[in-house]
Amino acid sequence: MNINCAVDKNKYKKDRVILHSDCNGFYASVECLHHPEIRNKPVAVSGDAENRHGIILAKNEIAKKYNVKTGEAIWQAKQKCPDLITVPPQFDLYKRFSKMARRIYSEYTDKIEPFGLDEAWMDVTDNKNMSGKEIALEINRRIKQELGITVSIGVSFNKIFAKFGSDYKKPDAITEITRENYRDIVWNCPAKDLLYVGRATGRKLESIGIYTIGDIATADVTLLRSYLGKWGDLIYGFANGYDSSPVPHMNENSEVKSIGNSTTTPKDMVTFDDVKQVMFVLCDSVCRRMREQGFMAKTVCITVRDNELMSFNRQHTMESHTNLTKDIINAAIELFKKSYKMEKPLRSIGVSVTDFIHDDQPHQMSLLRDEKRLIQNEQLDKTLDRLKKRFGNYAVRPAVLLDDKELSDFNPKEDHTIHPVGYL
Amino acid sequence: MKKYVKVTATFDCDGDLIPEYIVWDDGRRYRIDKISDVRYAASLKAGGAGIRYTCHILGKERYLFLEENRWFVDAKQ
Repeated sequence: MNINCAVDKNKYKKDRVILHSDCNGFYASVECLHHPEIRNKPVAVSGDAENRHGIILAKNEIAKKYNVKTGEAIWQAKQKCPDLITVPPQFDLYKRFSKMARRIYSEYTDKIEPFGLDEAWMDVTDNKNMSGKEIALEINRRIKQELGITVSIGVSFNKIFAKFGSDYKKPDAITEITRENYRDIVWNCPAKDLLYVGRATGRKLESIGIYTIGDIATADVTLLRSYLGKWGDLIYGFANGYDSSPVPHMNENSEVKSIGNSTTTPKDMVTFDDVKQVMFVLCDSVCRRMREQGFMAKTVCITVRDNELMSFNRQHTMESHTNLTKDIINAAIELFKKSYKMEKPLRSIGVSVTDFIHDDQPHQMSLLRDEKRLIQNEQLDKTLDRLKKRFGNYAVRPAVLLDDKELSDFNPKEDHTIHPVGYL
Repeated sequence: MKKYVKVTATFDCDGDLIPEYIVWDDGRRYRIDKISDVRYAASLKAGGAGIRYTCHILGKERYLFLEENRWFVDAKQ
Protein backbone atom coordinates (compact mmCIF):
# COMPACT_ATOMS: atom_id res chain seq x y z
CA MET A 1 0.00 0.00 0.00
CA ASN A 2 1.32 3.43 -0.89
CA ILE A 3 1.04 5.98 1.79
CA ASN A 4 1.09 9.50 0.58
CA CYS A 5 3.55 11.17 2.86
CA ALA A 6 4.30 14.19 0.74
CA VAL A 7 5.20 17.10 2.95
CA ASP A 8 6.10 20.65 2.32
CA LYS A 9 9.88 20.32 2.27
CA ASN A 10 10.33 24.01 2.79
CA LYS A 11 8.61 23.72 6.13
CA TYR A 12 11.46 21.73 7.61
CA LYS A 13 14.32 23.16 5.65
CA LYS A 14 16.05 26.10 7.22
CA ASP A 15 15.45 29.24 5.20
CA ARG A 16 18.40 30.97 3.65
CA VAL A 17 19.28 34.51 4.73
CA ILE A 18 20.01 36.64 1.69
CA LEU A 19 20.94 40.30 1.70
CA HIS A 20 20.87 42.62 -1.27
CA SER A 21 22.79 45.84 -0.85
CA ASP A 22 22.29 48.77 -3.20
CA CYS A 23 24.47 51.89 -2.98
CA ASN A 24 22.05 54.82 -3.34
CA GLY A 25 22.65 57.03 -6.39
CA PHE A 26 26.10 55.48 -6.41
CA TYR A 27 28.04 57.61 -8.91
CA ALA A 28 26.41 60.82 -7.73
CA SER A 29 26.99 59.94 -4.06
CA VAL A 30 30.68 59.29 -4.67
CA GLU A 31 30.97 62.60 -6.54
CA CYS A 32 29.19 64.47 -3.75
CA LEU A 33 31.50 62.94 -1.18
CA HIS A 34 34.51 64.21 -3.13
CA HIS A 35 33.03 67.66 -3.81
CA PRO A 36 31.68 69.03 -0.54
CA GLU A 37 30.92 72.33 -2.32
CA ILE A 38 28.12 70.76 -4.41
CA ARG A 39 26.85 68.32 -1.82
CA ASN A 40 23.77 70.36 -0.97
CA LYS A 41 22.83 71.07 -4.56
CA PRO A 42 21.08 69.00 -7.23
CA VAL A 43 23.83 66.93 -8.83
CA ALA A 44 23.86 64.43 -11.67
CA VAL A 45 26.64 62.42 -13.22
CA SER A 46 26.24 62.51 -16.98
CA GLY A 47 27.97 61.37 -20.14
CA ASP A 48 29.70 63.69 -22.55
CA ALA A 49 27.09 65.72 -24.46
CA GLU A 50 29.55 66.66 -27.22
CA ASN A 51 30.06 63.02 -28.07
CA ARG A 52 26.29 62.50 -27.92
CA HIS A 53 26.54 60.52 -24.71
CA GLY A 54 24.73 63.26 -22.86
CA ILE A 55 22.42 61.27 -20.66
CA ILE A 56 21.99 61.22 -16.91
CA LEU A 57 23.84 58.25 -15.41
CA ALA A 58 23.02 58.92 -11.76
CA LYS A 59 21.59 61.68 -9.63
CA ASN A 60 21.63 62.64 -5.98
CA GLU A 61 18.58 62.79 -3.72
CA ILE A 62 18.10 66.53 -4.26
CA ALA A 63 18.00 66.10 -8.05
CA LYS A 64 15.61 63.21 -7.58
CA LYS A 65 13.14 65.60 -5.93
CA TYR A 66 13.04 67.53 -9.20
CA ASN A 67 12.10 64.27 -10.93
CA VAL A 68 15.44 64.04 -12.74
CA LYS A 69 15.60 60.51 -14.11
CA THR A 70 18.47 58.19 -14.95
CA GLY A 71 18.68 57.68 -18.71
CA GLU A 72 17.12 60.96 -19.79
CA ALA A 73 18.99 63.57 -21.82
CA ILE A 74 20.81 66.33 -19.96
CA TRP A 75 18.65 69.01 -21.58
CA GLN A 76 15.48 67.24 -20.41
CA ALA A 77 16.84 67.05 -16.88
CA LYS A 78 17.81 70.74 -16.96
CA GLN A 79 14.31 71.70 -18.05
CA LYS A 80 13.01 70.16 -14.84
CA CYS A 81 15.89 71.40 -12.73
CA PRO A 82 17.65 74.45 -14.22
CA ASP A 83 20.22 74.55 -11.40
CA LEU A 84 21.24 70.96 -11.92
CA ILE A 85 25.01 70.51 -11.69
CA THR A 86 26.31 67.86 -14.05
CA VAL A 87 29.69 66.25 -13.54
CA PRO A 88 31.52 63.79 -15.81
CA PRO A 89 31.84 60.20 -14.63
CA GLN A 90 35.05 58.89 -13.05
CA PHE A 91 34.69 55.15 -13.44
CA ASP A 92 38.01 54.31 -11.80
CA LEU A 93 36.88 56.09 -8.67
CA TYR A 94 33.54 54.24 -8.66
CA LYS A 95 35.35 50.94 -9.13
CA ARG A 96 37.50 51.74 -6.12
CA PHE A 97 34.44 52.46 -3.99
CA SER A 98 32.76 49.31 -5.24
CA LYS A 99 35.80 47.33 -4.15
CA MET A 100 35.74 49.02 -0.74
CA ALA A 101 32.08 48.05 -0.29
CA ARG A 102 32.82 44.45 -1.25
CA ARG A 103 35.65 44.35 1.26
CA ILE A 104 33.11 45.16 3.96
CA TYR A 105 30.64 42.55 2.66
CA SER A 106 33.39 39.93 2.65
CA GLU A 107 33.76 40.26 6.41
CA TYR A 108 30.32 38.68 6.82
CA THR A 109 30.30 35.99 4.13
CA ASP A 110 32.31 34.60 1.26
CA LYS A 111 29.16 34.17 -0.83
CA ILE A 112 28.90 37.50 -2.61
CA GLU A 113 27.46 38.10 -6.05
CA PRO A 114 27.99 41.56 -7.50
CA PHE A 115 25.25 42.97 -9.72
CA GLY A 116 26.93 45.87 -11.44
CA LEU A 117 29.27 48.13 -9.48
CA ASP A 118 26.75 49.32 -6.95
CA GLU A 119 24.72 46.26 -6.01
CA ALA A 120 25.50 42.87 -4.54
CA TRP A 121 23.79 39.87 -3.07
CA MET A 122 25.19 38.16 0.00
CA ASP A 123 24.22 34.81 1.44
CA VAL A 124 24.77 35.13 5.20
CA THR A 125 22.93 31.94 6.19
CA ASP A 126 26.10 30.44 7.67
CA ASN A 127 26.85 33.45 9.85
CA LYS A 128 25.97 32.08 13.27
CA ASN A 129 26.77 35.18 15.30
CA MET A 130 24.36 37.68 13.86
CA SER A 131 20.91 37.71 12.29
CA GLY A 132 20.38 38.95 8.74
CA LYS A 133 18.94 42.20 10.00
CA GLU A 134 21.81 42.76 12.42
CA ILE A 135 24.30 42.24 9.60
CA ALA A 136 22.34 44.61 7.37
CA LEU A 137 22.32 47.28 10.08
CA GLU A 138 26.04 46.93 10.64
CA ILE A 139 26.86 47.04 6.92
CA ASN A 140 24.64 50.09 6.51
CA ARG A 141 26.45 51.88 9.36
CA ARG A 142 29.92 50.88 8.21
CA ILE A 143 29.37 51.93 4.59
CA LYS A 144 28.31 55.33 5.87
CA GLN A 145 31.35 55.68 8.12
CA GLU A 146 33.95 54.09 5.90
CA LEU A 147 32.80 55.12 2.42
CA GLY A 148 30.78 58.23 3.21
CA ILE A 149 27.78 57.08 1.13
CA THR A 150 24.52 55.31 1.96
CA VAL A 151 23.09 51.91 1.09
CA SER A 152 19.64 50.38 1.09
CA ILE A 153 19.57 46.74 2.06
CA GLY A 154 16.91 44.10 1.57
CA VAL A 155 16.92 41.04 3.81
CA SER A 156 14.96 37.99 2.78
CA PHE A 157 14.91 34.25 2.18
CA ASN A 158 15.65 34.48 -1.54
CA LYS A 159 17.50 36.76 -3.92
CA ILE A 160 14.44 38.17 -5.67
CA PHE A 161 12.76 39.37 -2.48
CA ALA A 162 16.06 40.64 -1.09
CA LYS A 163 16.49 42.77 -4.23
CA PHE A 164 12.88 43.90 -3.91
CA GLY A 165 13.61 44.89 -0.29
CA SER A 166 16.58 47.05 -1.22
CA ASP A 167 14.43 48.92 -3.78
CA TYR A 168 11.41 49.21 -1.49
CA LYS A 169 12.73 51.93 0.80
CA LYS A 170 15.44 54.34 -0.31
CA PRO A 171 17.80 55.91 0.57
CA ASP A 172 19.61 54.60 3.62
CA ALA A 173 17.07 51.99 4.70
CA ILE A 174 16.69 48.34 5.60
CA THR A 175 13.66 46.28 4.62
CA GLU A 176 13.07 42.77 5.77
CA ILE A 177 10.83 40.57 3.63
CA THR A 178 9.88 37.46 5.53
CA ARG A 179 7.63 34.48 4.82
CA GLU A 180 5.14 36.16 7.14
CA ASN A 181 5.05 39.62 5.54
CA TYR A 182 5.80 39.12 1.84
CA ARG A 183 2.15 38.90 0.87
CA ASP A 184 1.45 42.23 2.61
CA ILE A 185 4.51 44.06 1.32
CA VAL A 186 5.51 42.53 -2.01
CA TRP A 187 2.16 41.50 -3.38
CA ASN A 188 0.62 44.95 -3.11
CA CYS A 189 3.31 46.53 -5.27
CA PRO A 190 3.03 47.07 -9.03
CA ALA A 191 4.13 44.16 -11.22
CA LYS A 192 6.98 46.25 -12.65
CA ASP A 193 8.67 46.32 -9.23
CA LEU A 194 9.53 42.65 -9.63
CA LEU A 195 12.98 41.89 -11.04
CA TYR A 196 12.70 41.14 -14.76
CA VAL A 197 9.29 42.63 -15.26
CA GLY A 198 10.24 45.44 -17.62
CA ARG A 199 8.03 47.85 -19.52
CA ALA A 200 7.16 45.42 -22.32
CA THR A 201 6.32 42.56 -19.95
CA GLY A 202 4.41 45.00 -17.75
CA ARG A 203 2.26 46.06 -20.72
CA LYS A 204 1.55 42.44 -21.67
CA LEU A 205 0.54 41.69 -18.09
CA GLU A 206 -1.74 44.70 -17.94
CA SER A 207 -3.46 43.55 -21.11
CA ILE A 208 -4.60 40.45 -19.23
CA GLY A 209 -5.58 42.34 -16.12
CA ILE A 210 -2.44 41.71 -14.06
CA TYR A 211 -1.29 44.85 -12.29
CA THR A 212 0.39 43.83 -9.06
CA ILE A 213 2.96 41.26 -8.00
CA GLY A 214 0.16 39.62 -6.05
CA ASP A 215 -1.81 39.33 -9.31
CA ILE A 216 1.16 37.49 -10.85
CA ALA A 217 1.49 35.22 -7.84
CA THR A 218 -2.16 34.23 -7.87
CA ALA A 219 -2.58 34.04 -11.65
CA ASP A 220 -2.97 30.80 -13.52
CA VAL A 221 0.59 29.92 -14.49
CA THR A 222 -0.56 28.45 -17.81
CA LEU A 223 -2.10 31.80 -18.69
CA LEU A 224 1.20 33.55 -17.90
CA ARG A 225 3.08 30.97 -19.93
CA SER A 226 0.80 31.41 -22.91
CA TYR A 227 1.53 35.16 -22.95
CA LEU A 228 5.16 35.24 -21.86
CA GLY A 229 6.57 31.82 -22.67
CA LYS A 230 9.14 30.55 -20.16
CA TRP A 231 9.25 34.01 -18.54
CA GLY A 232 5.71 33.33 -17.37
CA ASP A 233 6.87 30.42 -15.24
CA LEU A 234 9.84 32.39 -14.05
CA ILE A 235 8.02 35.47 -12.81
CA TYR A 236 5.28 33.30 -11.32
CA GLY A 237 7.98 31.58 -9.25
CA PHE A 238 9.62 34.91 -8.37
CA ALA A 239 6.32 36.42 -7.20
CA ASN A 240 5.61 33.42 -4.97
CA GLY A 241 9.04 33.45 -3.36
CA TYR A 242 10.13 30.17 -4.96
CA ASP A 243 13.45 31.52 -6.24
CA SER A 244 16.20 29.21 -5.03
CA SER A 245 19.11 30.42 -7.15
CA PRO A 246 22.28 30.37 -5.09
CA VAL A 247 24.66 33.21 -4.34
CA PRO A 248 28.00 31.86 -5.60
CA HIS A 249 31.23 31.99 -3.65
CA MET A 250 33.15 35.16 -4.31
CA ASN A 251 36.10 33.36 -5.84
CA GLU A 252 33.98 31.27 -8.18
CA ASN A 253 34.13 32.84 -11.60
CA SER A 254 30.62 33.78 -12.41
CA GLU A 255 29.58 32.10 -15.57
CA VAL A 256 29.83 34.44 -18.52
CA LYS A 257 26.75 34.21 -20.71
CA SER A 258 27.48 36.82 -23.33
CA ILE A 259 30.10 39.33 -24.39
CA GLY A 260 29.11 42.50 -26.15
CA ASN A 261 30.01 46.07 -27.01
CA SER A 262 27.89 48.91 -28.25
CA THR A 263 28.47 52.53 -29.07
CA THR A 264 26.67 55.76 -29.74
CA THR A 265 28.68 57.34 -32.53
CA PRO A 266 29.71 61.03 -32.48
CA LYS A 267 27.66 61.55 -35.65
CA ASP A 268 24.85 59.53 -37.23
CA MET A 269 25.73 56.59 -39.45
CA VAL A 270 24.11 57.37 -42.77
CA THR A 271 25.48 54.80 -45.20
CA PHE A 272 26.11 51.12 -45.00
CA ASP A 273 29.86 51.81 -45.12
CA ASP A 274 29.55 53.93 -41.97
CA VAL A 275 27.88 51.02 -40.20
CA LYS A 276 30.49 48.59 -41.50
CA GLN A 277 33.31 50.64 -40.01
CA VAL A 278 31.72 50.76 -36.58
CA MET A 279 30.85 47.06 -36.78
CA PHE A 280 34.51 46.27 -37.47
CA VAL A 281 35.62 48.08 -34.32
CA LEU A 282 32.91 46.51 -32.17
CA CYS A 283 33.44 42.97 -33.49
CA ASP A 284 37.19 43.29 -33.05
CA SER A 285 36.72 44.21 -29.40
CA VAL A 286 34.12 41.50 -28.77
CA CYS A 287 36.30 38.81 -30.37
CA ARG A 288 39.42 39.85 -28.52
CA ARG A 289 37.55 39.73 -25.24
CA MET A 290 36.09 36.35 -26.17
CA ARG A 291 39.53 34.92 -27.02
CA GLU A 292 41.03 36.36 -23.85
CA GLN A 293 38.42 34.53 -21.81
CA GLY A 294 38.84 31.33 -23.81
CA PHE A 295 35.41 31.11 -25.40
CA MET A 296 33.93 30.38 -28.80
CA ALA A 297 30.41 31.54 -29.62
CA LYS A 298 27.72 30.28 -31.92
CA THR A 299 25.20 33.14 -31.84
CA VAL A 300 25.73 36.74 -32.89
CA CYS A 301 23.30 39.47 -31.84
CA ILE A 302 23.08 43.02 -33.10
CA THR A 303 21.30 45.99 -31.57
CA VAL A 304 20.38 48.90 -33.80
CA ARG A 305 18.98 52.27 -32.81
CA ASP A 306 18.01 54.96 -35.29
CA ASN A 307 18.15 58.72 -34.85
CA GLU A 308 14.56 58.75 -33.63
CA LEU A 309 15.58 56.34 -30.88
CA MET A 310 13.62 53.41 -32.26
CA SER A 311 15.62 50.26 -31.67
CA PHE A 312 15.55 46.54 -32.36
CA ASN A 313 17.66 43.42 -31.78
CA ARG A 314 18.33 40.57 -34.18
CA GLN A 315 20.29 37.41 -33.70
CA HIS A 316 21.76 34.74 -35.89
CA THR A 317 23.04 31.30 -35.01
CA MET A 318 26.06 30.26 -37.03
CA GLU A 319 26.86 26.78 -38.32
CA SER A 320 29.60 26.17 -35.80
CA HIS A 321 31.28 27.81 -32.82
CA THR A 322 33.95 30.36 -33.59
CA ASN A 323 36.01 33.15 -32.07
CA LEU A 324 37.53 34.39 -35.30
CA THR A 325 37.08 38.10 -35.81
CA LYS A 326 36.44 37.59 -39.51
CA ASP A 327 33.60 35.13 -38.89
CA ILE A 328 31.89 37.35 -36.35
CA ILE A 329 32.25 40.46 -38.52
CA ASN A 330 30.78 38.64 -41.52
CA ALA A 331 27.91 37.25 -39.47
CA ALA A 332 27.13 40.63 -37.88
CA ILE A 333 27.25 42.48 -41.19
CA GLU A 334 25.10 39.90 -42.96
CA LEU A 335 22.59 40.04 -40.15
CA PHE A 336 22.51 43.80 -40.33
CA LYS A 337 22.03 43.78 -44.12
CA LYS A 338 19.11 41.40 -43.78
CA SER A 339 17.48 43.40 -40.99
CA TYR A 340 17.91 47.03 -41.98
CA LYS A 341 17.87 48.96 -45.22
CA MET A 342 19.20 52.26 -43.92
CA GLU A 343 15.75 53.82 -43.96
CA LYS A 344 16.85 56.24 -41.27
CA PRO A 345 20.31 57.29 -40.11
CA LEU A 346 21.55 55.32 -37.11
CA ARG A 347 22.62 56.68 -33.78
CA SER A 348 24.00 53.59 -32.13
CA ILE A 349 24.74 49.95 -32.78
CA GLY A 350 25.87 47.05 -30.66
CA VAL A 351 27.25 43.58 -31.25
CA SER A 352 27.23 40.72 -28.80
CA VAL A 353 27.97 37.02 -28.93
CA THR A 354 26.49 34.25 -26.86
CA ASP A 355 25.97 30.49 -26.78
CA PHE A 356 29.52 29.76 -25.63
CA ILE A 357 31.75 26.73 -25.40
CA HIS A 358 35.31 26.78 -24.10
CA ASP A 359 37.83 27.04 -26.91
CA ASP A 360 39.66 23.90 -25.79
CA GLN A 361 36.44 21.87 -25.85
CA PRO A 362 35.99 19.47 -28.79
CA HIS A 363 33.41 20.79 -31.20
CA GLN A 364 31.81 19.83 -34.46
CA MET A 365 33.69 21.16 -37.48
CA SER A 366 32.06 21.84 -40.79
CA LEU A 367 32.74 19.65 -43.78
CA LEU A 368 32.26 22.55 -46.10
CA ARG A 369 34.72 24.92 -44.48
CA ASP A 370 38.25 25.40 -45.62
CA GLU A 371 40.07 24.23 -42.49
CA LYS A 372 43.45 25.39 -43.76
CA ARG A 373 42.11 28.89 -44.13
CA LEU A 374 40.60 28.62 -40.67
CA ILE A 375 43.97 27.88 -39.11
CA GLN A 376 45.52 30.79 -41.00
CA ASN A 377 42.84 33.13 -39.67
CA GLU A 378 43.37 31.82 -36.15
CA GLN A 379 47.07 32.57 -36.40
CA LEU A 380 46.33 35.99 -37.83
CA ASP A 381 44.01 36.82 -34.90
CA LYS A 382 46.54 35.57 -32.37
CA THR A 383 49.27 37.70 -33.93
CA LEU A 384 47.06 40.79 -34.01
CA ASP A 385 46.03 40.22 -30.39
CA ARG A 386 49.68 40.06 -29.36
CA LEU A 387 50.56 43.21 -31.30
CA LYS A 388 47.66 45.15 -29.81
CA LYS A 389 48.45 43.92 -26.32
CA ARG A 390 52.04 45.02 -26.67
CA PHE A 391 51.74 48.23 -28.66
CA GLY A 392 48.19 49.35 -27.95
CA ASN A 393 44.80 49.13 -29.60
CA TYR A 394 45.69 51.35 -32.53
CA ALA A 395 48.95 49.57 -33.46
CA VAL A 396 47.35 47.50 -36.23
CA ARG A 397 44.06 48.36 -37.86
CA PRO A 398 42.23 47.21 -40.95
CA ALA A 399 42.33 49.74 -43.78
CA VAL A 400 38.54 50.05 -43.77
CA LEU A 401 38.79 51.97 -40.49
CA LEU A 402 40.80 54.75 -42.08
CA ASP A 403 37.81 55.94 -44.14
CA ASP A 404 36.21 58.00 -41.43
CA LYS A 405 38.17 58.28 -38.24
CA GLU A 406 35.39 60.15 -36.51
CA LEU A 407 33.34 56.99 -36.59
CA SER A 408 36.05 54.41 -36.02
CA ASP A 409 38.37 56.11 -33.54
CA PHE A 410 37.23 54.51 -30.34
CA ASN A 411 38.35 51.62 -28.24
CA PRO A 412 35.42 49.68 -26.85
CA LYS A 413 37.68 47.03 -25.35
CA GLU A 414 39.31 49.44 -22.93
CA ASP A 415 36.38 51.80 -22.61
CA HIS A 416 33.88 49.05 -21.99
CA THR A 417 33.43 48.92 -18.31
CA ILE A 418 30.44 48.36 -16.32
CA HIS A 419 27.41 46.31 -16.99
CA PRO A 420 25.48 44.34 -14.46
CA VAL A 421 25.91 40.71 -15.31
CA GLY A 422 22.69 39.01 -16.33
CA TYR A 423 20.94 37.44 -13.42
CA LEU A 424 19.77 34.42 -15.36
CA MET B 1 39.52 71.67 2.44
CA LYS B 2 41.18 68.55 1.10
CA LYS B 3 44.91 68.93 0.90
CA TYR B 4 47.25 66.30 -0.40
CA VAL B 5 50.47 66.27 1.59
CA LYS B 6 53.91 64.74 1.48
CA VAL B 7 54.41 62.14 4.18
CA THR B 8 57.48 60.32 5.40
CA ALA B 9 56.47 56.85 6.49
CA THR B 10 58.04 53.50 7.31
CA PHE B 11 56.95 49.92 7.11
CA ASP B 12 57.46 48.20 10.45
CA CYS B 13 58.52 44.57 10.86
CA ASP B 14 54.90 43.40 10.62
CA GLY B 15 54.47 45.19 7.32
CA ASP B 16 52.30 47.94 8.78
CA LEU B 17 52.69 51.37 7.25
CA ILE B 18 53.46 54.00 9.89
CA PRO B 19 53.42 57.69 8.90
CA GLU B 20 56.12 59.59 10.80
CA TYR B 21 56.25 63.12 9.42
CA ILE B 22 53.89 65.33 7.48
CA VAL B 23 55.75 67.74 5.23
CA TRP B 24 53.91 70.96 4.39
CA ASP B 25 54.22 72.87 1.09
CA ASP B 26 56.62 75.40 2.55
CA GLY B 27 58.95 72.65 3.79
CA ARG B 28 57.84 72.62 7.44
CA ARG B 29 57.97 69.10 8.88
CA TYR B 30 55.50 68.02 11.55
CA ARG B 31 56.48 65.00 13.57
CA ILE B 32 53.67 62.58 14.35
CA ASP B 33 54.15 61.86 18.05
CA LYS B 34 51.58 59.12 18.36
CA ILE B 35 49.01 57.27 16.30
CA SER B 36 46.04 56.38 18.48
CA ASP B 37 43.76 54.76 15.90
CA VAL B 38 43.85 53.35 12.38
CA ARG B 39 40.66 52.47 10.51
CA TYR B 40 38.86 52.78 7.22
CA ALA B 41 36.88 56.00 7.21
CA ALA B 42 35.41 58.69 5.02
CA SER B 43 36.05 62.37 5.47
CA LEU B 44 32.92 64.36 4.70
CA LYS B 45 34.75 67.58 5.49
CA ALA B 46 37.68 67.10 3.15
CA GLY B 47 35.83 64.89 0.68
CA GLY B 48 37.36 61.45 0.32
CA ALA B 49 37.76 58.05 1.89
CA GLY B 50 40.58 55.70 2.74
CA ILE B 51 42.59 54.52 5.75
CA ARG B 52 42.35 57.10 8.50
CA TYR B 53 45.22 57.56 10.95
CA THR B 54 44.40 59.49 14.10
CA CYS B 55 47.66 61.34 14.69
CA HIS B 56 48.89 63.38 17.62
CA ILE B 57 50.95 66.31 16.42
CA LEU B 58 52.21 69.04 18.76
CA GLY B 59 49.66 68.00 21.36
CA LYS B 60 46.73 68.14 18.93
CA GLU B 61 44.73 65.34 17.37
CA ARG B 62 44.61 65.38 13.56
CA TYR B 63 43.30 62.94 10.99
CA LEU B 64 45.61 61.82 8.18
CA PHE B 65 44.06 59.80 5.35
CA LEU B 66 45.73 57.38 2.98
CA GLU B 67 43.69 57.41 -0.23
CA GLU B 68 45.12 54.63 -2.39
CA ASN B 69 48.71 55.90 -2.69
CA ARG B 70 48.22 59.52 -1.67
CA TRP B 71 47.94 61.13 1.72
CA PHE B 72 45.53 63.94 2.52
CA VAL B 73 44.45 66.03 5.47
CA ASP B 74 41.57 68.35 6.08
CA ALA B 75 43.33 71.72 6.00
CA LYS B 76 42.00 75.07 7.13
CA GLN B 77 41.27 77.43 4.21
